Amino acid sequence: MTLTTVPSTAAAAAVELSGVVKRFGTVTAVAGLDLRIRPGEVVALLGPNGAGKTTTIDMLLGLSRPDAGTVRVYDHTPQDAVALGLVSAVMQTGGLLKDYTVEETVRLTAVLFGKPRSAVTEVLERAGIADIGSRLVGKCSGGQQQRLRFAMALLPDPELLILDEPTTGMDVGGRHDFWNAIRDDARRGRTVVFATHYLEEADAYADRVVFVRRGQIVADGTASEVKALASGRTVRATLPGASLPDLSAISGVESAEVRGDTVYLHGRDTDAIARHLLTTTPARDLEITSRNLEEAFLTLTADAA
Amino acid sequence: MSVSPVSPVRSLPRFGGFSLGMIALELRRMLRNKRTVIFTLIMPAAFFLLFGSSAEYRTQRVGDGNVTGYILISMAVYGAMLATTSGGAMVSIERAAGWSRQLRLTPLKPLAYVAVKLVIAMIIGAVSVAVAFLVGSLAGAELPVHAWIGCGLLAWVCSLVFAAFGLFMGYLLPSENVMQILGPVLAVLSFAGGLFVPVDELGSTFATIATFTPVYGVGEIARYPLVQDGNLWVAVLNVVFWTALFSAGAMWRFRRDTARV
Repeated sequence: MTLTTVPSTAAAAAVELSGVVKRFGTVTAVAGLDLRIRPGEVVALLGPNGAGKTTTIDMLLGLSRPDAGTVRVYDHTPQDAVALGLVSAVMQTGGLLKDYTVEETVRLTAVLFGKPRSAVTEVLERAGIADIGSRLVGKCSGGQQQRLRFAMALLPDPELLILDEPTTGMDVGGRHDFWNAIRDDARRGRTVVFATHYLEEADAYADRVVFVRRGQIVADGTASEVKALASGRTVRATLPGASLPDLSAISGVESAEVRGDTVYLHGRDTDAIARHLLTTTPARDLEITSRNLEEAFLTLTADAA
Repeated sequence: MSVSPVSPVRSLPRFGGFSLGMIALELRRMLRNKRTVIFTLIMPAAFFLLFGSSAEYRTQRVGDGNVTGYILISMAVYGAMLATTSGGAMVSIERAAGWSRQLRLTPLKPLAYVAVKLVIAMIIGAVSVAVAFLVGSLAGAELPVHAWIGCGLLAWVCSLVFAAFGLFMGYLLPSENVMQILGPVLAVLSFAGGLFVPVDELGSTFATIATFTPVYGVGEIARYPLVQDGNLWVAVLNVVFWTALFSAGAMWRFRRDTARV
């Protein structure tokens, strides 16, 4: 089940994965993945544990090499793209030294990327941690450490920002603040790819959702397209005196329900159902709702056991 | 302050990311660690004061200096060794914390990283020797001028073998507390290599074994400007052999490490 929304363009893709395979011993973590991400897209990578999300991200960052296929990032090898600062990442855990201060950690990153001191102040402010610059990393909360990783990732001013389950372990407020910072940043046109298991995050922040299962893409589209693909949508309308057989006969309706004067029609092509209701019946108060992404996720990832 | 929409000019840093700025930050971090400061700067000087500064040792002569001076050199070697080992072993802590992986997301080349670690190890080793010599000069150590300079430099330069040792162990042992293992190991090696007690006082069998242990050569070479006695070529061979062995070990682990990630 694949829904492709990506037209091929001549311009360099932000990410170009073709036929990527990665095996660990007898386990195939990524099984022939093709993915093209255009500059400026905000893409969520979703999938159950062991689906191959982190393996894919590691290959995008040059932390591991595919056994087959090619990985290109802005038309460079991942290693070159990292070294040039075209791509940077906020990893889930680790990667910080407790006995550096927040400001020193970012300053070291700046030294390595050949950026001036002013860039350090700037990213600290943008990540919202300018006020704790002199605090030791070991004394920072999980959310503060994550924002420090974000500041480090911003330092090279990358074209592509990769986030691997970036809000794991944060409280609700921390997650909200973190995503606000990311969203502000994405408005500047940066390409963002994030892996998350918080489905509402994918729904709220991604332009495009890529479902991965067993190392393959099982669905790819906007959050609402993917939701429709997985479980259809529901048209609710007020239609007094409707009979169930009549409703079920409408083209595109997969199941129907009548509760008093209200009818519920489930189907994939809800536009056609709505058009039929509005043009050939006295139905009014129409409402089209998607199931949430969580249900779509469960449907898509459980079907082919 | 805002970022211009124009893509920045992107280029790679010189020397694979090896820079004075990184060395300065890393030094600052290392000196923030109280354990490092105590073990590498305070403890050798304290050992010297405890074991080497008695009135008896001050009056006994060795070469053109006194026994206090002789013991001072041994303690300076011990300090330099601790300092360079912990400098090299920093990689262990950084690997355990995932910092090495984070550094993979920067232009820093793995070889430049190792070079930075070696430079840090040698800087701390130099400070350790300087602190020990300063305390020694104030506490009755007597050495001829050429020995102050020669012994100090040799103690420092030869401690490179332990920078390699620290790196090797740092890559071998993925532990946060690697120095808690290496501290006692170094103490035992120091005994075995005649740094705390002259080897010929331990019997001939032990004295023969001692010449094969890694601390022996450094101690002999560092004391040579003072005593101008002993098997210098054996000591040199010892240092060359162990440096080569530890460097090869560090390279082997380093290669595995960079291939894996």
